[in-house]
Amino acid sequence: MTTLETAVNPENLRRVAIDPVSRVEGHGKVTILLDDKNRVHQVRLHIVEFRGFEKFIQGRPYWEVPVMVQRLCGICPVSHHLAASKALDAIVGARRLTPTAEKMRRLMHYGQILQSHALHFFHLCSPDLLFGFDSDLAKRNIMGVAEKHPETAQRGVLLRKFGQEVIRHTAGKRIHGTGAIPGGVNKSLSVLERDELLKDVYQMVAWSRDAVHLVKQMHHQNPELYNSFGAFRSNLMSMVGFDGGLDLYHGHLRGRDEGGTLLFDGVDYQNYTQLIEEEVKNWSYMKFPFLKSLGREKGWYRVGPLSRIQNCDFIPTPLAEIERREFMAYSGVMPMHAPLGYHWTRMIEMLHAAEMIKDLLHDDDILGNDLMASGERGFEGVGVIEAPRGTLIHHYRVDENDLVTMCNLIVSTTHNNQAMNEAVRRVAQQYLHGHELTEGLLNQIEVAVRAFDPCLSCATHALGKMPLQVEVLSEAGERLSSLTRSGDGCLSIAP
Amino acid sequence: MTEDSKIAASFELDGKTIPFTEGQTIIQAAMAAGEYIPHLCFNPEFKPHGSCKICTVKADGRQTASCTSLAQPGMVVESDTPALNEERRALLQMLFVEGNHFCPSCEKSGNCQLQATAYELEMMSPHFDQFYPDRPLDASHHEYLLDLNRCILCSLCVRASRDVDAKNVFALAGRGIKTHLIVNAKSGRLADTDFSGDDKAAHVCPVGVIIKKRVGFSVPIGQRSFDEHPIGAAPHPDNRDD
Ligand code: SF4
Ligand code: FES
Repeated sequence: MTTLETAVNPENLRRVAIDPVSRVEGHGKVTILLDDKNRVHQVRLHIVEFRGFEKFIQGRPYWEVPVMVQRLCGICPVSHHLAASKALDAIVGARRLTPTAEKMRRLMHYGQILQSHALHFFHLCSPDLLFGFDSDLAKRNIMGVAEKHPETAQRGVLLRKFGQEVIRHTAGKRIHGTGAIPGGVNKSLSVLERDELLKDVYQMVAWSRDAVHLVKQMHHQNPELYNSFGAFRSNLMSMVGFDGGLDLYHGHLRGRDEGGTLLFDGVDYQNYTQLIEEEVKNWSYMKFPFLKSLGREKGWYRVGPLSRIQNCDFIPTPLAEIERREFMAYSGVMPMHAPLGYHWTRMIEMLHAAEMIKDLLHDDDILGNDLMASGERGFEGVGVIEAPRGTLIHHYRVDENDLVTMCNLIVSTTHNNQAMNEAVRRVAQQYLHGHELTEGLLNQIEVAVRAFDPCLSCATHALGKMPLQVEVLSEAGERLSSLTRSGDGCLSIAP
Repeated sequence: MTEDSKIAASFELDGKTIPFTEGQTIIQAAMAAGEYIPHLCFNPEFKPHGSCKICTVKADGRQTASCTSLAQPGMVVESDTPALNEERRALLQMLFVEGNHFCPSCEKSGNCQLQATAYELEMMSPHFDQFYPDRPLDASHHEYLLDLNRCILCSLCVRASRDVDAKNVFALAGRGIKTHLIVNAKSGRLADTDFSGDDKAAHVCPVGVIIKKRVGFSVPIGQRSFDEHPIGAAPHPDNRDD
């Protein structure tokens, strides 16, 4: 860990807050303490998270939960829907789903991965990557991409749309559908629905592959930036398939240290509480999880594409596997830790998702009628899924009257809390230290946060025009200066 | 009296001629003729209750509940007018804020008459401040759940249990804004009554209060009652609980 979490003498420092004002669920804020020479002394990323949800679920009937928890998030509702359904499979005693149910859920999940990764890369990040982090603000958005690289922008839109169509056909609606229920699913695909998706899927595989090549090229063109921007070492964790391959829907937990050596493997996620503990810090609403065996100081880890691709032994679809090998060869013996590596690995996963969708559409089980399984009634269940942003844990207890008595959720962004804080500190040290604050410099911070694709990414940069206010305050709380980016992207500096 | 011996007559509803037989209410005759008048506490299988007032029409210039007013020969009835629909919307908005109606996670969504009527009447927001009443769940019964957050006090379950099941499981208690549904048992719990899933009362709730356990969301979106036909166009919009 860097030492920038808490300054030694905060009383003599100026406080700068980067506070994206937003109407969406996620809300992130960065505060920086600077001295009069603009030297950075303390950096903290605060995320206001809606913890109230766990309370809200208590006392509700369990079958309502998979639909209700989707409201946690407007970007990846399907992940919550599926993680909750998996946890509640244990309540209805469905130890094994029917082949149709398992494949329909997987299809829904890969649709979600595809649409979320496409959104994140093309809409939120490609402006930074294609134009530069401190390039002309007026152009640094998806509109600018559409003008300069129309094909890239259009593919982004169509890939996302395809993913949403997969979700619609499996869950009934593009967002906040109902497809998965405890013990199975409520529908399979009709031949018509399957054919509609089949007709576009090959194009999606090809475009996803091009997207991997695009990011790869960026890395090769500017290795210094890509390999070092906000880089720091950390442990990594993800779920891998029972065969060690990449599996975003089901498997067991595996962790590695910063050098890539296995820390644990084959851990049944029903026992996650033996593995992970959550620390509360007085300055943040979001908890800080860590691996119990390594303790608070050393036990933090990161999740998401960068961890998953380096944690698995192979990818079970051929094109994505070729890309994984190339990525692994590029990063060398040591795992890649640079946050910008997230983009490359995220695109490899998008390719994998497209290939998986293609394979599933060729599997007749998705047309089947056997949708539900059940067995001996249970009272507690844990469901884990690899959501677009990383490992997502849902844990419930249900009483004999079918009402939820306990709910614990650890979302991907929470797993990455410490890691995101570290990344922001590195960037502050690398780029802000000793400089006058400008929008370009502040965007460097946002770029670092955004690489993790935290759930607040919509809050931090929807279309490059998110209203943003930065204030430099004296210790007495007096405003010394402020930098404002208004909704139309205009910058104004007030003394 | 045979059908033929009844006096055949007609009235006018929004410019259309509606035939009726003696003793029919306005809404009964309209329904028989395939015309929709919005309603919630009325169900053709039960005696009218006349409490929700959603079915209010103007009959010969006078506002009246069409579920309790008898049709009269030559009567001129207005129903689908901007002014009446505005009032209906206000009533619906009040129903929404008086209870806790979270359509997004409610398993009755797509089968709910309150929701479907709100769509039909183009209610865009609850408008009024939410009451957020504290209403408990009764999950004591092994087969059925009562989620009183959603009760609109239409008394259909009361009527069904009393008049069809002869059990009197449900009753409305309290007055005015304090009116609420109770279960007739010392403990107040559904498990301590002789309620059963075969009862008529188990299948009449127009909203999502009386819910069969463990089957929520098993009907996919697209196949629910009001997915294909909005309530105003659905042939028989009542008695939908599946
Ligand atoms: S429980 Fe349903 S049927 Fe009974 S009064 Fe309430 S809304 Fe009407
Ligand atoms: S339907 Fe007539 S008053 Fe309710």
